[in-house]
Amino acid sequence: MDLTREELLEAYRTLRMIRAFEEKLNELVTAGKMGGFLHLYIGEEAVATGVCSHLGVRDWVASTHRGHGHCIAKGVDIRAMMAELFGRATGTSRGKGGSMHIADVQQGMLGANGIVGAGIPLATGAALSAKLKGTGGVAVAFFGDGATNQGQFHESLNMAANWKLPVVYVVENNGYGEFTPTDFVVPVKDIATRAGSYAMRSEIADGMDFFDVYEKAGEAIRRARAGEGPTLLECKTYRFAGHFVGDPLAYRAKEEAEDWIQNRDPLARFEGQVLEAALVEADDLRRIDHDVEEELAAAVVDAEAAPPPGLEELLTDVYARGES
Amino acid sequence: MAETGSLNMIQALGNALDHYMERDEMAVVLGEDVGAFGGVFRVTAGLQEKYGAERVFDTPLAEAGIVGMAIGMGLGGLRPIVEIQFADFIFPAFDQIVNELAKYRYRSGGQYAPRVLIRTPYGGGIRGGHYHSQSPEAYFAHTPGLRVVVPSGPYEAKGLLLGALECADPVIFLEPKRIYRSAKGEIPLDYYTLPLERARLVKKGEDITLVAWGAMLHTCQEAVALAEGEGYDVELIDLQSIAPYDLHTLVRSVTKTGRMAVVHEAPMTCGFGAELVAAVQAEAFDHLRAPLLRITGFDTPFPYSLEDHYLPSAERILRGLVETIEY
Ligand SMILES: Cc1ncc(C[n+]2csc(CCOP(=O)(O)OP(=O)(O)O)c2C)c(N)n1
Ligand SMILES: [Mg+2]
Repeated sequence: MDLTREELLEAYRTLRMIRAFEEKLNELVTAGKMGGFLHLYIGEEAVATGVCSHLGVRDWVASTHRGHGHCIAKGVDIRAMMAELFGRATGTSRGKGGSMHIADVQQGMLGANGIVGAGIPLATGAALSAKLKGTGGVAVAFFGDGATNQGQFHESLNMAANWKLPVVYVVENNGYGEFTPTDFVVPVKDIATRAGSYAMRSEIADGMDFFDVYEKAGEAIRRARAGEGPTLLECKTYRFAGHFVGDPLAYRAKEEAEDWIQNRDPLARFEGQVLEAALVEADDLRRIDHDVEEELAAAVVDAEAAPPPGLEELLTDVYARGES
Repeated sequence: MAETGSLNMIQALGNALDHYMERDEMAVVLGEDVGAFGGVFRVTAGLQEKYGAERVFDTPLAEAGIVGMAIGMGLGGLRPIVEIQFADFIFPAFDQIVNELAKYRYRSGGQYAPRVLIRTPYGGGIRGGHYHSQSPEAYFAHTPGLRVVVPSGPYEAKGLLLGALECADPVIFLEPKRIYRSAKGEIPLDYYTLPLERARLVKKGEDITLVAWGAMLHTCQEAVALAEGEGYDVELIDLQSIAPYDLHTLVRSVTKTGRMAVVHEAPMTCGFGAELVAAVQAEAFDHLRAPLLRITGFDTPFPYSLEDHYLPSAERILRGLVETIEY
C-alpha cells in the first residue's frame, strides 16, 4: 500500500467528517432546526473518500442529490456547507441553494444536483475542457444506480469513450433508487457491464472498503490523466439511512440493513485494517473523532448565528449585471 | 343519497384513479415508485395490490423513456396514466411531450391521438429549493394540443382528474403539493366528473376579479377575507383549466367589476397571467377601470431560503387588490 501515515489519517478524517456531518444533519432536521430535503451519505463514505483522495483543485467533481460526502471529500469548507444547509448568507451559494446545490468553484466542485443524472454530462464537458485547455485535470461524475437508467448517462458515456475524455464515472450502486430495488428496474447484475456498449473500460469496487475504492479509482484516474480514456467504476455500496431524512424505510428488510451496518461499515472496516497493520494508533483516530466533533459543533454555532440572505439577494445572480 | 367521505387531495386523487382503473381495463399506471411503494406522495397507494403489477408498475428512473413509452402505449390502444414524481423532473421528457405527444393528432391528420395523462406534483411552499418547487404550467400551456389542468381542492381534484381521463386529449395534470394533505373536504365517493375548460366562481364580489389556481387559490382566499375586513368586495375565480381556459367567465366577471388581478407562483414574464391579462383587456377594454394586475413569483429561479418572500402572500395580494381598486 502506497499511502503514508499522514495520508491515512487524512483519509480517516474525511471518512469521519462525512459520517459525523450527516449524523449532525439528521439530528438537526429531526429536531426541526433545519429545513429542506436531505439525502444522507452514511454508509457510502468510502466511495467519495477513496476517489477524491486522488483529486486536486484542478480536477472537477459533479455530484448528486446525495452530495454532502462528495463535497467534503473534495475539500469544500464544512462551515460554508453547514451555513448553506441552514440557508444563511455565509453559505457556499449564499444560502440560495441548500442541500442539493452546494457548489464551490475554488475546489472544482461543480455542484450537488437535484436532477438525477444531470451531473453526468456536466462532468463529461468539464473533462473536455480540461483536455482542450491541457490543464492535466480530470473530471469525476458521481451518481447512483438509478441515474444509469437516464438517457444522459448513455449519451455521456458514448461521447466520452468516443473522444477519450479524461473522465471517471463513479456509480454508487446502493441497491435502491429511492424506494425501488435496483433489480426491479435494471436487468443487468452489474452496472459496470453497461460500459461494454461504449467500448469503455469498467471496474467493480467494494464500495464499503476504502482501500479497494482507492486502488481502483487511482488506476482509473491515472489512465484518464494519461489520455488513456474514461472508466466506469461501479462501487457496490449501501445507504444506512433512508432515502431522505424522514423516510420510514418500509420497503426494505430490517435484517438486510442490519447486516450491512453491523458487518460492512466502511469506518469500522478502515479502522480494523489500519490498526491491524499497525499503520496508525487508535489514539490518532480518537483524536480525529474529537477534532471533527468540535469543528462541526463550531460550524453549527456559526451557521445558526449567521444572517439569512438579505431580501435584495432574491433578485441577484440571475443575470451577469447582478439584477434581474 | 350518494355516500360521501372526508378526503384530502391525495386520497381524492387515489380514489379517482381507483374508479377509473375499475372502469377502463386499458388504463395502466406507471412511474417511479408508483407500484410497490404507492408513490412518493402515496397517491397510487393500494392500486398495484388491487389491479396487479401489469397495470400498475414501477419504471426505471428515466423520464424521457417513461413518457415516450407511454405515448407508444397510447398509440397501441392502452390508456397510460403517468406519474412524474415532481414537476421539476418533467423536463427530461419535454421533447417527447412537446414534439410527440402534443402534435400527434395534428401531424397524423387525426389518425393517431394517444390518450396519455401525466400527473405531477408542482409548486412551492415546502422548502424544496430550486428543483422541488417550480410551477411549469405556462411551458405546457404554450404548446397547442396539450391540456393543462390544476385542481385546488379534493372535490376538484377527483372530478377534474376523472374528467381529464375521459377526455380524448393528452393532459398535463398539475397537483399543488403544498395543499396535498391540508386541503380536505367532504366529497362524493361515487364516480363523478367535472367539466374541463370551465373556471369556477368561488365567491361573488363587485370591486375586483381575482383569478388564481392550485395552492394560490387558498392564499387568495385569505387575501379576500383581509380585503373584506377593509371593506372591499372581491370576486374570486378558480381557473382550474389553464389550457384551454375559460375566457368567457373571466370577461363576464371583469365586465362587471372593471378590474382584475391574476395570482400565480411562477415568474411573471411569460407566466400564464400574461396571457390572461392580454386576452381580458382585449375583450373587456371598454369596461376597465384600472390596469390589470399580475401578482406572481419573481423573474428568478425558485429560491431556497427566501421562498416566503418569493411566493405571493396574502398581504402582498391584499396590497395589489387595494391599489387596483383605489387606482
Ligand atoms: C430527473 C429526476 N427524476 C426523479 C427524481 C426524484 N429522485 C430523487 S433521488 C431518486 C433516486 C435516485 O436513485 P439513485 O440514482 O440510485 O441514487 P441514490 O438515491 O440511491 O443515491 C429519485 C427518483 C429526481 N430528483 N430527478
Ligand atoms: Mg441508488
